[in-house]
Amino acid sequence: MKKTALVLVLSIVLLAFSGCGGAAEESTTIKIGTIAPTTGQVAVYGQAVDQAVRLAVKNMNAAGGLLEKEIELIGYDNKGDITESVNAFNRLVDNDGIDVFIGAVISSTTLTIAPLAVESGIPMISATATNLEITPVGDNIFRACFIDPYQGVVMAQFAAEELKAKRVGILFNTADDYSTGLADSFKAEFEAAGGTITNFEGYTGGSDKDFKSILTKVKAEAPDVLFLPDYYNTVSLLAEQAKELGIEATLIGGDGWDGVLGVTDEAVEGAYYASHFAKDDPAENVQKFIAEFEAETGETPNSFSALGYDAAMIMMEAVQTAGSTDSAAVVEALKGTDYEGITGHIQFDADGNPVKSISIILVKDGVDTLYGKFDAK
Amino acid sequence: MQFIQQLINGVHVGSIYALIALGYTMVYGIVKLINFAHGEIMMLGAYVGFFAIGLWGLPFPLALLVAMVFSALLGVVIERIAYKPLRNAPRISALITAIGMSLLLQNIALVLFGPDPQKMPAVISKEAIHLGGVQISYLTIVTLVLAVGFMILLELFIKRTKTGKAMRAVSQDKAASTLMGIDVNRIISVTFAIGSALGALGGVLYAVAYPQIEPYMGIMPGLKAFVAAVLGGIGSIPGAMLGGFILGIMESLTKGYISSQWSDAVVFGVLILVLLIKPSGLLGKNTREKV
Repeated sequence: MKKTALVLVLSIVLLAFSGCGGAAEESTTIKIGTIAPTTGQVAVYGQAVDQAVRLAVKNMNAAGGLLEKEIELIGYDNKGDITESVNAFNRLVDNDGIDVFIGAVISSTTLTIAPLAVESGIPMISATATNLEITPVGDNIFRACFIDPYQGVVMAQFAAEELKAKRVGILFNTADDYSTGLADSFKAEFEAAGGTITNFEGYTGGSDKDFKSILTKVKAEAPDVLFLPDYYNTVSLLAEQAKELGIEATLIGGDGWDGVLGVTDEAVEGAYYASHFAKDDPAENVQKFIAEFEAETGETPNSFSALGYDAAMIMMEAVQTAGSTDSAAVVEALKGTDYEGITGHIQFDADGNPVKSISIILVKDGVDTLYGKFDAK
Repeated sequence: MQFIQQLINGVHVGSIYALIALGYTMVYGIVKLINFAHGEIMMLGAYVGFFAIGLWGLPFPLALLVAMVFSALLGVVIERIAYKPLRNAPRISALITAIGMSLLLQNIALVLFGPDPQKMPAVISKEAIHLGGVQISYLTIVTLVLAVGFMILLELFIKRTKTGKAMRAVSQDKAASTLMGIDVNRIISVTFAIGSALGALGGVLYAVAYPQIEPYMGIMPGLKAFVAAVLGGIGSIPGAMLGGFILGIMESLTKGYISSQWSDAVVFGVLILVLLIKPSGLLGKNTREKV
């Protein structure tokens, strides 16, 4: 009996001391580094992500910070440039001594930073870089956005199961990796499900604006659904010319469609496209985020902002779960992420890519409306 | 049936190429200059048309007129400022000036209007008329009627009017025309005005068909129209029309039956072939340089 009491007393004393000692050694803030192109060619994307990351950190600080410490966000602009990204990341690690890293925004710069993050062991999450090569670079690299093949697979399953399509035509931009990637994964998945691809036609995006000739070929095949994985400017041209030729297939597309209603209207009525989040999602956290973002920046958040917010929240929750800023512990916590975000419920696969639902948007009466959320089967 | 549809698609875009090609060929016929700024005149014409319809709310025919008048004036001004002082300089200097003018106009548009594409309102219905499995949209019909109508007007103007006759005279021999009492400067201005106005017509029709207006929109149609003009025989007005239609149809059939990615390769390949066999173009006159 006496022995047990002694052990208890000793352990309590030890615990108390270790607690004091630890706090005295560590810094008083948690340092989060971020890199985004807030100026330059891709500034639109960089600003959207950066604003959302700042909002997330501000909210977390207002709620008492992390591990009872204040969060310090150190951000640099890389102008979308690879060399600037390397310099900025080295500065974050060597001079600022960051604990974790959120960034970068576009694929090329993120791919450059990834090996540096592996070298320094800093846990890293990118909000929006979709390039496949990024997360396999190292164990400590994650991303918040779904990758292109996943999107193609979900859209193929959506076409087959929700739209009951048997025959699908695909038109894609051969000059763009994003477009060909989606087209390939869609085709493989849809054919595996027993469907027929009636047209698999490439075009040269950008310079080409006349698609009536290839659309005439599509019309002759009369598919149920036409899959157009490109960005919204080209999509609007394709959709309008398809309508002009009297093509009645349901149009569907990927997240590049975000913004299509700004450049066209009737031509995409009744079309479906994949998106990271829906502005009319009734979920409480989504509406709260939209309201806060608008109050903070005066702008409506887009998919980039939503992903930026989620990336920051996932990283901060991981630090909280890990109970320290120790890299290995944070990476372990990231792997176990189970987070209800603005862009869906997020868990990570073995590569650090999110497994999450895709919001399908239906263009109805000229407005983007949430049709439903779908997971790959 | 699909073949006829592809022909219609080709004729639609071909008629626009033909309109733009006329500007190249007329200017070349008169001053022996390839006016590389022509694509940019077309682009600015499309912008003016866009403002006239989208901002000032003018009806389509009036907007078209505003765009054409604006471009005609622009063409005349460009000629006076940039080309006239070089009329007796080596031809290569004028050519380089034209390329410089093209880049200048592009960048002015970039500064004034920004790089984002503007959306042309749908002024002409794209609803299709069904003719036994073939779709012809009102837009295609309007484009064709306008293009062919203006080509006939141009032909009449050149063949039947005094100014037209003077234009033909100047294109044959500038010095002799001056001796005959023709005001060569005025004729050159008229040529630039007509060519630029037709370019603006092509530009507005192009912008209605592919409703994205941006500072670089003149490059590809301009280049294709230039090819059409050479294909038909540069300096020849019927040649430019023929070249435009042939180019449009060839492009459409290549996209329809071979592959979209091959269309430019095939089109330019055919150009090279035609020029190897008949260097002066399809309807060009086989003239020998007199030494």
